[in-house]
Amino acid sequence: MTTSVQSGTPREWDIREFVKFVIKEAKPRGKFLTPFNMISIPIILVGAILVVIRFVFGIGSITNLSQSTPWGIWIGFDVVTGVAFAGGAYVVTFLVYILGAKQYHSIVRVTVLNGFLAYMFYAGALMLDLGRPWKIINPIIGNSFGVSSVLFLVAWHFLLYMAAEFIEFSPAIAEWLGWPRLRKIVGGLTIASVIFGITLSTLHQSGLGALFLMAKSKIHPLWFTEFIPVLFFISSIFAGLSMVIFEGSISHKVFRSRVSHEGHADHDAILLGLAKICAGVMFVYFFLKVLVLVHSQQTHLLATAWGVWFMVEVLGFVLVPGYLFFRAVRAGDVGLVKVASALALVGIILNRLNISVIAYEWYAANPYIPSWMEIEVTAAVICVEIWAFRWVVTRMPVLSDPPSWAPER
Amino acid sequence: MDRRNFLKNLSMAGTATAAATSLNIAAESPKPHEFVSVLVDAKRCIGCRECEAACATQNGLPVPDTKDKSVFEDIREPTPTQWTVVNRFETENGTVFVKKQCMHCNQAACSTACLTEAMKKTEEGPVIWREGKCMGCRYCMVSCPFTIPKFEYHSANPKIQKCIFCYERLAEGEVPACVQSCPVDALQFGQRREMVQEARNRVSDNPHSYVQHIYGEDEVGGTGWLYVSPVPFDEIGFRTDLGGEPIPELTQSFLYAVPVVFLLWPVFLNAIRAKEESSALPPRDQS
Repeated sequence: MTTSVQSGTPREWDIREFVKFVIKEAKPRGKFLTPFNMISIPIILVGAILVVIRFVFGIGSITNLSQSTPWGIWIGFDVVTGVAFAGGAYVVTFLVYILGAKQYHSIVRVTVLNGFLAYMFYAGALMLDLGRPWKIINPIIGNSFGVSSVLFLVAWHFLLYMAAEFIEFSPAIAEWLGWPRLRKIVGGLTIASVIFGITLSTLHQSGLGALFLMAKSKIHPLWFTEFIPVLFFISSIFAGLSMVIFEGSISHKVFRSRVSHEGHADHDAILLGLAKICAGVMFVYFFLKVLVLVHSQQTHLLATAWGVWFMVEVLGFVLVPGYLFFRAVRAGDVGLVKVASALALVGIILNRLNISVIAYEWYAANPYIPSWMEIEVTAAVICVEIWAFRWVVTRMPVLSDPPSWAPER
Repeated sequence: MDRRNFLKNLSMAGTATAAATSLNIAAESPKPHEFVSVLVDAKRCIGCRECEAACATQNGLPVPDTKDKSVFEDIREPTPTQWTVVNRFETENGTVFVKKQCMHCNQAACSTACLTEAMKKTEEGPVIWREGKCMGCRYCMVSCPFTIPKFEYHSANPKIQKCIFCYERLAEGEVPACVQSCPVDALQFGQRREMVQEARNRVSDNPHSYVQHIYGEDEVGGTGWLYVSPVPFDEIGFRTDLGGEPIPELTQSFLYAVPVVFLLWPVFLNAIRAKEESSALPPRDQS
């Protein structure tokens, strides 16, 4: 009886056992009075109240959005930056399943889980920003297809990519449920969903940048270029990997007891391997940024205040972390890799916010500054996402080894 | 009169001339028609704001007090409850009043941006908004080079608000409310081709009274509303840096690349994988 409701044990289908199992697994585990809980619970509660206010009194009741700044940090940070950060999933699955780089296999599940949750929560936060979210089915069920819109493409790709990531992650769910037959079926879908997922990611990572092409007259010329889609795609590679490094370092500490033996042994080598890729891609990205700047003949703008801000982004948070990654790989310094990844993440935040918020309507007399409530809601979304992540990681074989009956690696 | 007949009548003259010059094209599309247009003459405008009041009455919006001249102290933008505004500009060549509203672009960025076709460039020319389709993403506002669409930030059921060129009045064969209300003929309604011609005549016949430019003839690929002015347009609140390229063309090459990537990427990825697999056997699935 006790073994039959253990997670990971293969079992026959039995509805009562299944319900019992789910109820048991749904219960919170571990210490409740942790520092993270003490911080995140009030943030989530306040966020929930603010969301209610937003739906009753309108978006303007808690945001500083205006007629000239229709998109704030809920789009610029939650969606545009969040999706870049979630790019690790398509890059790591590319390395492992397409290039056959088996050394990264132990981080696939945690990376795909992170990617899936990021899309679910940060792209899901879009629902808060939509004025009429109950109409979101319109572009999906087909009564009004705005096929000329880049946003139509992005919306569909979000949806399909979430499905692809769910399939990629579902072997872990099947192992947790103890269903070998389901495990076999979804395991067979992995390669197809990886290929589909990489294709979708290529298009919507660049598509998020392409959204801003029509705002040409509103974005500062140092940031506007017809190459925004290419730059968004390339930067999503190192943005995603930096997030894998940064987040992986934290969850390896926090969930130490869950991490498999193999995962422990490989971790430093994995981080250095990813750092090498980051260094290479960041130099390509930096080179492209310089090329675009020179080609657009906007170099004289570097001498303005906006030019200084541009250089802070491109030198301080692209070139410097790129160089630090390079140094760290040469010296085998894992600590430095983590520093570089943090700086690279700041650089991505700056870049995405510059294009979508800061250098958008840069000439406006009253520039948009997010209200504390917009920031609070964003923090609440991140906290809920971490709760979901923690729930999954402490139950399913994500960092830990899969059960013995699961297929061999 | 239904909309089709309205169009037919409206485009009668244009059809006749077009058919004569365009050979067999007319045979293939029996009802070619022009976009509707309004020509705004900033030289004639006296700032009476009758158009503002007429617009509000027509569209069920709060009617402004046209006697109140203090509104001219600020340069105003259209708002969710006021789809058109008249602004006053003090220039070297004296005071100029000019009306602002949706330009109804020939290739409207807002309509291209809309993923639900809520914002729609109609065949007749007006850009309209359809409540049943809009999901409130505000991408139209991001895309519009004239920052015209306005959003009701303080409503639980918010709408996008902007001038819709009195679409329903046009369908009934009437001119837009603002045009009808104008006491000095500063607004003139007709087919776009006619209005461009009228504007050209006006500026070339009176070269000392008008700057030699018709705003909206070429801007962002041409707009439904056209302006002539006695002073340079940058002095009366117009952006003169928008260029002649239609805004939707900015995303065109990206959208053309999408199906190519979508079809070729999986093939390439699978080819690489197959090659890798034959050299060293990677995991067949996730385990």
